[in-house]
Amino acid sequence: MSLSGWLPILAGVLAAATPLLIAALGELIAEKSGVLNLGVEGMMLVGALTAFAVASGGAGYAAGALAGALAGVGLAALFAWLTLNCLASQVACGLAITMLGSGLSAYAGRDYVSRTLDGMALIPLGGGFGFDPLIVTGLLLTVLVWYFLQRSRAGLVLRAVGESPATAHALGLPVRCIRWAAVLFGGACAGLAGAYLAIDYTPMWVEGLSAGRGWIALALVVFAGWRPGRTLLGAWLYGGVGILQFHAQALGIAVPAQFLGMLPYLATIVVLTLIARDPLTQRRHTPASLGQPWHPHA
Amino acid sequence: MFTLEARTLPSVRAMWLAPLAALLLTLLGGSVLFAAFGHAPLQALSVYFLQPLASVYGIGEWLLKATPLAVCGLGLALGFRAKVWNIGADGQFTLGAICAGGLAIACDGFIDAESLWIAPAMALAGIAGGMMWAALPAWLRTRYGSSEILSSLMLAYVAPLLLGWLVNGPWRDPAGFNFPQSIQFADAALLAPLHEGARVTLAFPVALVLAGLLCFVQRYTYAGFRLQVSGEAPLAARHAGYSQRAAVWIAMLTGGACAGFAGYAEVAGPLGQLQPSVSPGYGFTAIIVAFVGRLDPRGVVLAALLLSLLALGGEAAQMTLDLPAAISGVFQGGLLCALLACDTFVHYRLRRVYRKPAAHTS
Repeated sequence: MSLSGWLPILAGVLAAATPLLIAALGELIAEKSGVLNLGVEGMMLVGALTAFAVASGGAGYAAGALAGALAGVGLAALFAWLTLNCLASQVACGLAITMLGSGLSAYAGRDYVSRTLDGMALIPLGGGFGFDPLIVTGLLLTVLVWYFLQRSRAGLVLRAVGESPATAHALGLPVRCIRWAAVLFGGACAGLAGAYLAIDYTPMWVEGLSAGRGWIALALVVFAGWRPGRTLLGAWLYGGVGILQFHAQALGIAVPAQFLGMLPYLATIVVLTLIARDPLTQRRHTPASLGQPWHPHA
Repeated sequence: MFTLEARTLPSVRAMWLAPLAALLLTLLGGSVLFAAFGHAPLQALSVYFLQPLASVYGIGEWLLKATPLAVCGLGLALGFRAKVWNIGADGQFTLGAICAGGLAIACDGFIDAESLWIAPAMALAGIAGGMMWAALPAWLRTRYGSSEILSSLMLAYVAPLLLGWLVNGPWRDPAGFNFPQSIQFADAALLAPLHEGARVTLAFPVALVLAGLLCFVQRYTYAGFRLQVSGEAPLAARHAGYSQRAAVWIAMLTGGACAGFAGYAEVAGPLGQLQPSVSPGYGFTAIIVAFVGRLDPRGVVLAALLLSLLALGGEAAQMTLDLPAAISGVFQGGLLCALLACDTFVHYRLRRVYRKPAAHTS
């Protein structure tokens, strides 16, 4: 196959990887602060619907993406309040947020079903090439998150809070505030990832638009060992698996569509199993306080 | 200023009051939502909660919908007590439906009204199917240590695709005008309604018996005790020599068996055939049921009745008030969030702080 044949496939992989990448980077920051937010799927859905509603209302794509991120922040704030202030179980709250998010988006989104938008315009590079602003945002975000975690003082503080909140507290760091900020950032990213799906990738709204991508993003964080660079690689891998579904028929592979549809989910299970086989590396990279509620007086 | 102070013992009173408070909060939030859509809140709430129960048929539907929620929730509650997070009950439900339905389709040629064995055989097939789908995450967790949360959930996405392939391909009814559904099961393979004019089947009393059984296991057996210890105090469980692997296996397989049975009861009861989708998310709603029911079998049955009413109310609100049925999803998610917030008071109490807090207290 010539270069011109491969380019659309590569572009497709990049596009399919972007929502996973953005959502996973946000969750990575939240988990690095010690908070496991299983509500990514719900925050993505709410972000997707909000972005679609704003963009199809004529306010423009940038406003749509921003509104989507803010909607994610709103739901993340509820999660943060429940887990950080009420000290509720993070697993249970994450599930509750996912259910609330799917319910709310299905309820508020019924007027938008089967409407479509034109995808976002590419920013031209000349020579017939161009780039999609949200795909580039995802790549930039990877670099930023890497720099923040590995090279900045604030990132060090965040990691300290995730490793040992009691120590961080004893050092005078505002543990709860830092965790709030990390969870809200995760919500913004999940909302933005949903916005990308609704106004750029598909671009339309249906109930349950994200189709488990929020959960795959969660798996991606584990797969990447909480490292941004590997998150990017993992997202590309998933993007490739997703694109394979569309191109398998064109390549003459006679497999029923349902079996191809199972691929991303089965791949997640296989990858998680391969990762978990090495408990030592796993333990070295997992934030030590992940998922445990923390209270200054307890 | 108020601050949270840990209680020395969890408050039993707060534990049972929390669901009621959460329900009140949810109703309050629902009223605001109704008002925002221009409906008188009280009238809307009565349509939502009373109209579905105004007829024998309605009560039958209420119990019918509560059955899969109760059965799945009972299995999940047992696992959640051991902190085994099986959140893929929806997939196990679907596999139970596939296996039970597959048996009915395979035996369709040689069963007649005298074939009393087919119903128990289908129930066993359903249970086996659910257990099989739950065994995979259990095996991956005990053998490789991978999280059962994600693997059971991923399988919940795979199961409907498998069912979709079956009813579109090998199991499609040849005389069904190409609709993606299987043949109608023979009468002997169906569960008869309990009462004239209602659709609730024998599966509902079975759910009650199951609740009693699990209550007994949890309170009076050593196995139940071990499960609870390994959930609440994993280190103590390890010290006492209780196997963590056994806890995972028992929790997952029980959850799978219950969900599989519920799947059987759904295809042999109200559906009567295999369709591309057999579960409107029963396995996911069952997670809320388990939490609202305090992970206690008696509570789970009550919670299943409550959430079934919420789902029915959504349908009534759609027909009478032209509100979208998705509103029941909002009610369900909101109820769980409110409950988790109220649960704070089980382990903590509010204490008033009089002096200005020192720098290290937030």
